Amino acid sequence: MSARSNGGDQPGSMSSERRMRTGPSTSDPLVSVRNLRISFRLDRQTTFEAVKGISFDIPRNSTVALVGESGSGKSVTSLAMLGLLPPENSIIDPSSEVLYGGRNLLALPVGELRKLRGADISMIFQEPMTSLNPVFTVGWQLEEVLRLHMGMSGRKARKRAMDLLREVGIPEPERRIDSFPSQLSGGQQQRVMIAMAIACEPKLLIADEPTTALDVTIQKQILELIGDLQKKHQMSVLFITHDLAVVGEIADYVVVMRNGEIREQGPAKAVFESPRDTYTKALLMCRPQLDRRPARLPVIDDFINGPGPRNTEERKRGVKPNDAIVLDVRNLGKSFYSREGVFGKREFKAVKDVSFQLPKGKTLGLVGESGSGKTTVGLTLMRLHEATTGEAIFEGRDLLSMSPSEFMQYKRRIQIIFQNPYASLNPRFTVGQIIVEPMQIHGIGSSAQERTDMAFELLNKVGLAEVSFYKYPHEFSGGQRQRIAIARCLTMKPDILICDESVSALDVSVQAQVLNLLQDLQDEFGLSYIFISHDLAVVKYISDQVMVMNDGEIVEIANSDEIYRHPKMPYTQRLLASIPRGWHGQRARASD
Amino acid sequence: MATNIATLRDGSGALVRDKRHAVSPGLWVLAWRRLTSDMVGMVGLAIVAAFIVMMILSGVGLLAKDWNREVGVNYAPPSFVDSEAATTATQQVHPGAETAPAGSEYQSTIVDPIGDVIERLKSGKGESQPAAGQPATSDEKSVDPLADVMADIRAGKGVGAAVKAEERKATLPFGGDKWGRDVLKKTIKGSETSIFVGLASAALATFLGTLFGALAGYYGKWIDDFFNWFYSVFSSIPYLLLILAVAAVLQQKGMLTIILILGLTGWTGVFRLIRAEYLKHKSREYVQAADAIGASNGRRMFIHIFPNVSHVVLVQLSILVVAFIKSEVILSFLGFGVPVDVVSWGSMLNEAQNELILGKWWQLVAATVAMATLVTAFSLFTDALRDALDPKLKGRLGA
Repeated sequence: MSARSNGGDQPGSMSSERRMRTGPSTSDPLVSVRNLRISFRLDRQTTFEAVKGISFDIPRNSTVALVGESGSGKSVTSLAMLGLLPPENSIIDPSSEVLYGGRNLLALPVGELRKLRGADISMIFQEPMTSLNPVFTVGWQLEEVLRLHMGMSGRKARKRAMDLLREVGIPEPERRIDSFPSQLSGGQQQRVMIAMAIACEPKLLIADEPTTALDVTIQKQILELIGDLQKKHQMSVLFITHDLAVVGEIADYVVVMRNGEIREQGPAKAVFESPRDTYTKALLMCRPQLDRRPARLPVIDDFINGPGPRNTEERKRGVKPNDAIVLDVRNLGKSFYSREGVFGKREFKAVKDVSFQLPKGKTLGLVGESGSGKTTVGLTLMRLHEATTGEAIFEGRDLLSMSPSEFMQYKRRIQIIFQNPYASLNPRFTVGQIIVEPMQIHGIGSSAQERTDMAFELLNKVGLAEVSFYKYPHEFSGGQRQRIAIARCLTMKPDILICDESVSALDVSVQAQVLNLLQDLQDEFGLSYIFISHDLAVVKYISDQVMVMNDGEIVEIANSDEIYRHPKMPYTQRLLASIPRGWHGQRARASD
Repeated sequence: MATNIATLRDGSGALVRDKRHAVSPGLWVLAWRRLTSDMVGMVGLAIVAAFIVMMILSGVGLLAKDWNREVGVNYAPPSFVDSEAATTATQQVHPGAETAPAGSEYQSTIVDPIGDVIERLKSGKGESQPAAGQPATSDEKSVDPLADVMADIRAGKGVGAAVKAEERKATLPFGGDKWGRDVLKKTIKGSETSIFVGLASAALATFLGTLFGALAGYYGKWIDDFFNWFYSVFSSIPYLLLILAVAAVLQQKGMLTIILILGLTGWTGVFRLIRAEYLKHKSREYVQAADAIGASNGRRMFIHIFPNVSHVVLVQLSILVVAFIKSEVILSFLGFGVPVDVVSWGSMLNEAQNELILGKWWQLVAATVAMATLVTAFSLFTDALRDALDPKLKGRLGA
């Protein structure tokens, strides 16, 4: 505590701004950001303005959500507040101010700022796995914070660390305190990160996408934890996220950012119930909702350039018993083996006895938490993993047991779109090369020119300019890259397309565009999709049938409307209850 | 490829698209742009390029062709050294003695290994030394134990060595060696050997390391085990011992031998790195995607993955060039390197160890400066190259 008062409001360190203000009162905001303007140097001549003079306040004892898509400048803003931007290529405009306790954080000397960081203002990051040091126990890392900022020592620090772990809901803190980060699950790691962040009882907690990397059920717990801690410690939380549904659950105030500007800010109620800005409206609309299923998801452009959402008709989904079956999977199993001892082998069953049928022209949604085996099912059907047991009947032949040369003919019939469009395209190939390659391999098209024509056609089909043909993947945004990946699959005219978390890494507005594209392609070519995702709202929107998986087993399989309305199994019920329902859902639940 | 397609489309006439100018810069072009913006790296590259041009000119015979002409007096000092030294050197010229000058300074030393033999010859035969270039008589043969060797050397030197003592210069721009050959030309010729050996052996080692590493990392399982055993055995033998063993097996001295020795022993580091890169890349999504579209193993290995690890190969190649230039020098210095009739920086340094005691420092300095300049420039260039190619340094702005 002594360290904090030294670094904090000593009379000696008071600046002139303090004299103008009459000292902190409860009505004063805790932090106020004034005209924050940040640029990055791209090379010697060019700079890029990431944040364009934004101003907002963080009131005391409240949660402010900073919402925006990638590139909106929300993370840059939070890093700037803590002085964590790389000094070699970032320029903060001298007129910018981040006022905290009457002092401008941007003008503080490095030493002063370091005292504030961790003690008065602390931060939790998106990836708990990479934020914790893997070679130290979690207890050691917690105690380090206490030693540095609170001047605690030995036993006292350990006791406090234990209390903190208990407070953030780690089971058996006496045992867990000596675990290494790798021995904890992702959710527990994030809890440890939160424990570290609140160790010195900060006045402001900055949470940068703290739940994005977590499963829905864990996300719900972490959000509740942050909410509880905020009330209990009477601190303020700056919650940075791209997910409006999460914001609706947690925020008191909302700041919507786009391209470095604030589009709208105000109390959550006002922003959600009567958004004034078209972008905010669009953002609220493009996210698939659980209770509605428009034939086509609205996209941002509809709002910004057009008259608003065009059609409101609902799309009917569901599988009828007499639908033709394109793929029949029976008793699929996949085991991984790890060495144990000198001779021993340990079997890990990633997929156990999974059977399902994929109707032609329909979408099968595959949901489950991480580790449920849903991705393994997809990879095994593609024979990217070798199946341990089971068969997959396609046109009367078992795909899993045929020889590699036989399977080569079928390879083009069943294709996959991966999760991360940044990783699934070879960075050394031009888009043209990427799209033409499968045609060369499978001998589609008779000449290079014909293949090129087809490539241009497909680029048009997925909504990319023809000039993209000559560009490299790094010049495209995530959504555009996913379109390239889709175009690559379409060259082979597949019957089945496996989408493995294909829209999960994309921004909400881009997600809507890609989902619409997938839907259009299904309508046009009669493709069958296996849509793997952890995002239950997206799966609900796109799927005819939903299969819920847990620990490698099928929990439940049913038509999507039915499963969301009347989940039979307890696991499905728990999963569905964790979906963040946003502002409206929240209120609906409160009135129940 | 893109340009090709653009041309084809233009020819077809159906849909004319002139997009040749629209082809985006690839990652190599971007890396080159980053490299050119690095001053130190570009200076290094310029020096390296100058050395390589020099090597090529010397190799095709445009430069330093007559390096073994004995144009100066023995140990001719550099021209820029003061005149007193030059006078001393002139006094040392003995009209008859080609190999061993009979100056007073020479008498006082005991360094020349055949000095006392010649001294004995002199005292036995009086002043009737044979003139330079003349074959020894049968009468002398019974007395002179080195006569055969001398005859060989003379024959080997041929016309280039037969320069009259009167035509020899007292000083040379950068001094002369023991035989009166121009040190500057000798250094240029030596550079040719050293750089060529460095480049060729580094290319060989990198090729082997990349091939083995790619196979081991990509296929894994027993292939990986096999190469790892091979690697472990190779790297468990001390480096010099291995080189000596290979040299002993190959049984002949020559540039090819050194290239083989260095190439066959130097692949281990590259192997380890490339294997790790392939291990990492083979499970990346873009390789899985290539598998999904039906690309064969070879295609995935060399068309998909290789361009993505080629920057590692390139950096390793240039690190090895530097290491092997130094290795060649060390080998030649130890006497396992190039044969006596080939000059390299190593053999120059080998000669220089005796000369230095005589106070003849210029050959040492010439070889050292040339080598240090190239190696430093190459290392700086390698650093710049690594910075330019490292994709992590490519700044991507956060949200």
